[in-house]
Amino acid sequence: MSDYRIKGETGEWEVVIGLEVHAQITTNAKLFSGAATAFGAEPNTQVSLVDAAMPGMLPVPNRECIRQAVRTGMAIEAQINTWSRFDRKNYFYADLPQGYQISQLYHPLVGEGSITVEADEKAGIPEPKVIGVERIHVEQDAGKLMHDQHPTMSYVDLNRSGVALMEIVSKPDMRSPAEAGAYVRKLRAILRYVGSCDGNMEEGSMRADVNVSVRKPGDEFGTRTETKNVNSVRFVMAVIEGEAKRQVELIESGGTVVQETRLYDPDRGETRSMRSKEDAHDYRYFPDPDLLPLELDDAFLAECRESLPELPDAKRDRYLALGISPYNADVLTAEVEAARWFDTLLDAGAKPVAAANWVTSELFGALNRMGRDLTDSPVSPQQAAELLGLVADGTISGTIAKTVFEKMLESGDGAGAIVERDGLKQTSDTGAIEAEIAKILTANADKVEQYKGGKEALFGFFVGQTMKAMQGKANPQVVNELLKKALG
Amino acid sequence: MTELTNLTVAQIRDGHRAGDFSAVEVAEAFSANVADAKALNAFIVETPEHALSAAKAADADRAAGTLKPLSGVPIGMKDLFCTHGVQTTAASHMLEGFVPRYESTVSQKLWDAGAGMLGKLNLDQFAMGSSNETSYFGNVISPWKRKDGGNAALAPGGSSGGSSTAIAARLCPAATGTDTGGSIRQPAAFTGISGIKPTYGRCSRWGIVAFASSLDQAGPMARDVRDCAIMLENMAGFDPKDATSLDMAVPNWEAALSSDLKGKTVGIPKEYRLEGIDPDIDAMWDAGIAMLKDAGATVVEISLPHTKYALPAYYIIAPAEASSNLARYDGVRYGLRDLPEGAGLQDMYASTRADGFGAEVKRRIMIGTYVLSAGFYDAYYTQAQKVRTLIARDFEQAFTSCEVILAPTAPSAAFGLGEKMADPLAMYLNDVFAVPASLAGLPAMSVPAALNREGLPLGLQIIGKAFDEQGVLDAGLAIEERAGFTARAEKWW
Repeated sequence: MSDYRIKGETGEWEVVIGLEVHAQITTNAKLFSGAATAFGAEPNTQVSLVDAAMPGMLPVPNRECIRQAVRTGMAIEAQINTWSRFDRKNYFYADLPQGYQISQLYHPLVGEGSITVEADEKAGIPEPKVIGVERIHVEQDAGKLMHDQHPTMSYVDLNRSGVALMEIVSKPDMRSPAEAGAYVRKLRAILRYVGSCDGNMEEGSMRADVNVSVRKPGDEFGTRTETKNVNSVRFVMAVIEGEAKRQVELIESGGTVVQETRLYDPDRGETRSMRSKEDAHDYRYFPDPDLLPLELDDAFLAECRESLPELPDAKRDRYLALGISPYNADVLTAEVEAARWFDTLLDAGAKPVAAANWVTSELFGALNRMGRDLTDSPVSPQQAAELLGLVADGTISGTIAKTVFEKMLESGDGAGAIVERDGLKQTSDTGAIEAEIAKILTANADKVEQYKGGKEALFGFFVGQTMKAMQGKANPQVVNELLKKALG
Repeated sequence: MTELTNLTVAQIRDGHRAGDFSAVEVAEAFSANVADAKALNAFIVETPEHALSAAKAADADRAAGTLKPLSGVPIGMKDLFCTHGVQTTAASHMLEGFVPRYESTVSQKLWDAGAGMLGKLNLDQFAMGSSNETSYFGNVISPWKRKDGGNAALAPGGSSGGSSTAIAARLCPAATGTDTGGSIRQPAAFTGISGIKPTYGRCSRWGIVAFASSLDQAGPMARDVRDCAIMLENMAGFDPKDATSLDMAVPNWEAALSSDLKGKTVGIPKEYRLEGIDPDIDAMWDAGIAMLKDAGATVVEISLPHTKYALPAYYIIAPAEASSNLARYDGVRYGLRDLPEGAGLQDMYASTRADGFGAEVKRRIMIGTYVLSAGFYDAYYTQAQKVRTLIARDFEQAFTSCEVILAPTAPSAAFGLGEKMADPLAMYLNDVFAVPASLAGLPAMSVPAALNREGLPLGLQIIGKAFDEQGVLDAGLAIEERAGFTARAEKWW
């Protein structure tokens, strides 16, 4: 249970949050026309006769869009409705050529499912939490109005008109900004694993309508407001925080929350009213008579299911079973690219625990420094596996491995070649190590005395000195044993 | 030689193939008739050059031995079909001057089959009307006159009134029509010609200006049953661009035509016997029953119990769909834009739509908007959809005991222009026999059967099972052969 509360003058308030996430389906073609969907194209260059709603034009469902939405539903273990239908949502606006949006109100493609967010003590999520998903339906996006092109007129860009969206509607199950943030991040990860949406919030491929209400713990739900088109996880959390405070202040000062649509202004960090329920459109939803009901057969469903990759939760469980720490498992599964990279590393023979530690610290550290990400990592999983293999079989120490990795990053050479060339192989030659130990103990007789007098922490000092004298190439285990013997 | 413009599609095709005349001669003869018939106002745009160029191609094809199914046949195109490079208006001010850069699937199929286009035919605005009096481009006048000594201008039926008039007046041998709630059958009946609305989905709706998507269906209008079969073969077919298109092979209807109805059962729906209907209509119906018996059919009475709810359901569903389908005419991208000085977007919508739509179109948009609005949806739209399901079930039930159904096409002969415009309900009643088959998506045709006591044509309607256009055409042919309908309007224009 989240203990996130808004402290008002009359006591503590609980926040209730539901999210409607619009995710653009990754396909080459729009939902009901063959037009392309590339981001950033010149205005009105990706518009078919259907998208412009020319007289007599008809929508034909794009099979791939349906497939991706079904796969997404399967990924959140949702009910897939083998019979669904498209409805028209009627309203006039210049960015909506048909005068209606084709959506699914009455019979959505995907029914109830759920998404689990991981525990995150620091964020106030003490244990994993299951967030219900009410439905996923498929609908068309609208075009875009441009108000800055002409002093008195607005321009219309229809490139986005007809692009396929999934609307993923959560239940009002979230109770804190952190839970909502975690939900959006998890949803985004799942979409990216499935490949049904690129999750790119900056380009508008994913955006959320945020429903917020407040109540005294244990009371009925309060009246909610909906803040539209919020396009980052940070903004989603900011909207909830701000909106919950606003509602509490409003109620405590004797006002009432009205059901309304609000807009978020990221520059001012606040929401403002767009329209109230009274001015709400009557969308006159009715089944689209240009389209037959969508019926999915077993073969289609089987293909959808078989084509699903291993998903974040399953992958995380597998990593945990391999002994990888929960923190590392979370980090490695958060982004599909990292998980894929890591799996390739394991396939190349790397030991899971050591590999996980190395990727999350050494590799991510290096990439961070270079301002790169995994997709353009200068080191391949196969090269990394070779490096980790040299540590695992005792050829080099962990310390030397860091040096080798730096050299790999600089030269692009393989770990084995670098070790060979620079003579970095670790030695277990007890004679050589004993000789160095003898020298060090002689030179530090005072410390030997202190050690023998009980200051055992000095052991580390002798190890360090020995490793230094051996230029880091001594096998640490052998050094330990020999030192213990020498120090008697 | 017979006058070329008196020939049927089959006769033109066969005569051209045999070398009795050239396609150019045919095209020129019809174009001359078109040019000579301005008084009928059947055409919004005349395209003699299109017909001529197709005719020249047909003549060349004959020389090369590469004739196509409709080579040498010039036709009329209802101005609801988008035609590449030729103004397409749906008889509205809204689309006046709109020239598509694409060709409807049905018209493209016809051109691919070798047909040529004499022009774009007038119709009720956005196909909404039963008398062709709602066209922005003026009424179409039927070539028929009552034999009462008067000179009243009569309605050619609607919405395909330009098509019916043009065929009846020998301005073209055949034309395309569209039928949403009788718009092919009723004008065919009013003008003494034949017309068939095929099963919903037979003809692609792609490129046809939409009225009510779940009902709209293209079909041919022609002088006789055979010509309807020939035309329909060249209009029908699966189209991946229309999600409601039937993915079925197109039968060879013409070759299979047979007026021998031995072993067939014809159903007579008792609910279509209306109290107080014109006795001429009932007499024609009875005569039709006798003709089908004569052709070998068994006749049984059937019941379509929900018939009386069909018209109210139709006048909810069709306007509901229309109110949404016509939302795209907003002045933003094409067609009329009325942007008063200093006006904003809402003003532009209001002004454009007020100016661009006629009264009947506005009435239906208002009805449709009303029945879909919150609080009324269930009482109207949902209820109408239930009725629609029941009507389809009525037919399914009836077709367990018969193969085709025989009924009048319309409850009266052609009425005078202006007689019903003041009373929309009286106008809507004209569709009473046509609408049930539309709601059920069934093939139905009208064939001329008799003249009434005023000398005006009356039509009989044959309704068939889904996909059984053949059964409909065959029964139509049996009536055509026995009715001996040879009357035609005397030229006064």
